[in-house]
Amino acid sequence: MSEEPKGREQEAKCDQAAGAGSIPPREDGQASALGRVAPWAITVLAYAVITVLISTRMINPYWQQIIQFALIMAISGLGLNLIYGYTGQFSLGHAAFYGIGAYTSALITKSFPHSGIPMFVLSMFAAVAVVAAVAFLIGMPILRLKSDYLGIATLAFGIIVKVLFDNADRVIPKLGGSRGMLGIPKYTNFTWTFFMALAALLVIRNFVFSSLGRACISIREDEIAAESVGVNTTKYKTLGFVLGCSFAGAAGVLYAHLYSFLHPSNFDFLKSIDVLLIVVLGGLGSMSGTIVAAIGWTFLLEGLRVILPPQILDWRLVIYPLLLIIVMILRPRGLWGGVEFGFLKPSERWTQSSKSTN
Amino acid sequence: MAYFLQQLINGLQLGFVYALIALGYTMVYGIVRLINFAHGDVFMVGAFLGYYGILRFHFPFPVALAFAMIGCAILGISIERIAYKPLRSAPRIASLITAMGVSLFLEYFTSLKFVFGPNYLAYPRPFKLVTYQVGGVSFSTIQIIVFAVAIGLLIVLQYFVQRTKVGMAMRAVSFDKETAGLMGINVNQIISLTFGIGSALAAAGGVLYGVAYPQINPFMGIMPGLKAFVAAVLGGIGSIPGAVLGAVIMGVVETTTSAFVSSTMRDAVAFSILIIVLIVKPTGLLGAKGTEKV
Amino acid sequence: MKRVLIGAAILLVIVSCGQKENVVKLGLVAPLTGDVKTFGESTKNGFTIAVDEANAKGGINGKQIKVYISDDKNDPTEASNAGSKLINQDGVRLLIGSVSSKCSIPLSELCETMGAVMITPTSTNPKVTIRDDGSRKAMVFRACFIDPFQGAVAAKFALDNLKAKTSAILYDVGNDYVKGLAEFYRDNFTKGGGTIVAYESYAKDDADFSAILTKVKKENPDILYVPDYYNKVALIAKQARQLGIKSVMMGGDGWDSPDMIKIAGDAIEGGYFTNHYSPDDPRPEVQEWVKKYSARFGAKPDALATLAYDATSLMIAAATKAGSDDPAKVRDALQSLQLKAVSGSVTFDSSGNPIKSAAILRYTRTGQEYVATVTP
Repeated sequence: MSEEPKGREQEAKCDQAAGAGSIPPREDGQASALGRVAPWAITVLAYAVITVLISTRMINPYWQQIIQFALIMAISGLGLNLIYGYTGQFSLGHAAFYGIGAYTSALITKSFPHSGIPMFVLSMFAAVAVVAAVAFLIGMPILRLKSDYLGIATLAFGIIVKVLFDNADRVIPKLGGSRGMLGIPKYTNFTWTFFMALAALLVIRNFVFSSLGRACISIREDEIAAESVGVNTTKYKTLGFVLGCSFAGAAGVLYAHLYSFLHPSNFDFLKSIDVLLIVVLGGLGSMSGTIVAAIGWTFLLEGLRVILPPQILDWRLVIYPLLLIIVMILRPRGLWGGVEFGFLKPSERWTQSSKSTN
Repeated sequence: MAYFLQQLINGLQLGFVYALIALGYTMVYGIVRLINFAHGDVFMVGAFLGYYGILRFHFPFPVALAFAMIGCAILGISIERIAYKPLRSAPRIASLITAMGVSLFLEYFTSLKFVFGPNYLAYPRPFKLVTYQVGGVSFSTIQIIVFAVAIGLLIVLQYFVQRTKVGMAMRAVSFDKETAGLMGINVNQIISLTFGIGSALAAAGGVLYGVAYPQINPFMGIMPGLKAFVAAVLGGIGSIPGAVLGAVIMGVVETTTSAFVSSTMRDAVAFSILIIVLIVKPTGLLGAKGTEKV
Repeated sequence: MKRVLIGAAILLVIVSCGQKENVVKLGLVAPLTGDVKTFGESTKNGFTIAVDEANAKGGINGKQIKVYISDDKNDPTEASNAGSKLINQDGVRLLIGSVSSKCSIPLSELCETMGAVMITPTSTNPKVTIRDDGSRKAMVFRACFIDPFQGAVAAKFALDNLKAKTSAILYDVGNDYVKGLAEFYRDNFTKGGGTIVAYESYAKDDADFSAILTKVKKENPDILYVPDYYNKVALIAKQARQLGIKSVMMGGDGWDSPDMIKIAGDAIEGGYFTNHYSPDDPRPEVQEWVKKYSARFGAKPDALATLAYDATSLMIAAATKAGSDDPAKVRDALQSLQLKAVSGSVTFDSSGNPIKSAAILRYTRTGQEYVATVTP
């Protein structure tokens, strides 16, 4: 219909970038030993505490499952954050890749049921490889589309994948189709989810603060400008997309081996919207935000289940969207607004890349 | 041949219903760049309002239709005022998420017992149902009503947008909001009007849908909303003729794929065509090729 | 806001950890929100009547029944979470649930692992009680037929009683209950000498069936088999009759609902379906049940409510027979139980499925009419 009203858009994008992915340097004094050790110490402590609580059954299996699910959503969310928050590619088909990862790994572990953990690890590599390949193949043609159109194309892709899942049992009966795929060995436990989430966080953090990440951010900021200074936008868009989808695939693997049952309805576009919700709520381009939002969102939904008396159980899903609307109106940048935990930010070496200051 | 024509008519009927919904999406997008996910649920409310109009208040059909359209226009404008207006200067994604929230709210709230309830309700048909046979092809009063109402509304809309001052104002605002405001157009009013018209059209779509496929429930809007949205994009989002074209194509493709290829893969085919069209024509079939100022 | 909720949740964990009351805990997992909320509500109604009845008579072994209900939104992940909450958080060891197989399967895995007894009122997928490798999940039972049985019964009736030669089948590709019935009907119909002229699928959210119905009309089959739930069937029936399809329609127990005639009108007249029982059955259990339900909820019960009532009654009877609420004992009592349930006289086979006969019913202009009984 017309040209984009560039001024307003540009402003909004700049604001969005502030703090997130633009990389203001940390204050002085971060080079101290304590500053570098503290985050690791806290992480190890958190892990230790939760593991002890689990083994003494203070956290019952219900909450164990919920905590792990929250971490899985965090991994998936980090992937989408990379695609949308950092590279600016609006993808509405994230659940499809999550599903492909889940089904691929489940097929492998189910086919070799007594091979234990090594097979689990193998299946994880295989699943991520398949997801990356699919993301690459579909990304090539559609990543050149502009934001809302890309959203639609990825949404359409997600629906096609779900239809394929529904009919998968015609080709490979083990996959179950709409009958569901059951009997997947339960390999996922808290240790796995925790360390995978940690690994995901480290990967994305290092990616974002590297030159690869900077290229992606520049694409988000202004694709034409990036192209004109020599950034190969196609290459980096594809890279961001493939990497982000791989995270979703990994999350899917963990999910499959936690709930040990897969059904195509787990991977429809409403699930893609759920992940998008988490990323936006946490704040685009904020890793810490995504993790906090993933955990918060999961606990909110389950918390409502626990709190509400049985007569008004069906109000759970009326309260949830109302809260969502209120939060978005009050904090449109997301709860974390593009801020990162201090230890995630890089040290002064990366000073040069600041595009804007807070 | 008769069989093909029959399927074609089926497809056109579906397509026109989608078109009424798609128009709302495209108009709202054109003016505030928002993908209004709640639109499919406004469609649903329209269907229910028509249902109550006919059954509870015993309105004749045209009155019930008007009742639904007005009711939803009010609903659409209220949603805009409450949920979207505060976010006009925020990043676009915030409004999108809010739209999702509104959508979920409408679905789950109306499924509560004291509102519409979760049950599947049979849609009344307050007119005589006559089926005509012309050379092996059958069509009924229902098809006539759907085509008549849809085409009628489209003509009215086209006239309104192209030939009236207010229509011109709408076009101006969707072209360049700031400048239109500088020219003395009350931008807020125009935006509200756009939401109102879009919602009214969706309501009409809802009533027609209820009449044609006579069953409604609070979650009925999700799929048609999604398909109508895809249709709007297919035709070029922001373009009114594009929305209609896209919707008719979606309806016909869905139906003919079901009929001649495989009903199981119907959605996959329809959406694959969408992806292919977008790859070839990235702004949709009738979408304007936006030039980007650097 | 988040923090308050997280805090409250953690508090609840701790608080509920140490409760010991003198009750028998009975849980229900059902879709109380979402697009099949109406099925979940029916299920809950049947469950509630059974529990209240039992409590009025003194409960189980003198202890009142305490009810724990959780919603699964008709989503497999939610079903697992809901079940986990009931079992781990609330300490429930006797569960009724869920409605659809895709929710009951993960629930059954959970119950099996955690040692809770589960009876699903309406899930028909054999995989709920039997694993892929053929082993039985000892703690899991169901109150309804499995797909193979119903599909076979319907095919046999069509071939033998209705003397049908050709049949078309419409099924929901995303629903394994419907798909299962369709497949077994197809296999049995073909084996019995009939021909399937159309085997078309639709998606859950579809409302426009004109394309596939036009296909069916072209073939003009004797029977049109649509084994879906009453709401979908009503819609398809109406559109089919509108298009001028004259075939006799047939279906499964999902057809059973007082709303069917309300929604379908005379489009469904003359349609046959397999069911667990007939509301016109003069057996006192049935008549009592219909009266009870109408008095409390102002409508006749549908199949879901009836099966939920039966499932709950079975659970209560088993616990009473076992004299305790220890899941292992209840389980054994259940396996060897024989009960005159509303939907027929029930005993369980080695796969946890009830051995009961099926009734064939027909819709008339005003209601259902009993036609025949088929024993397995």
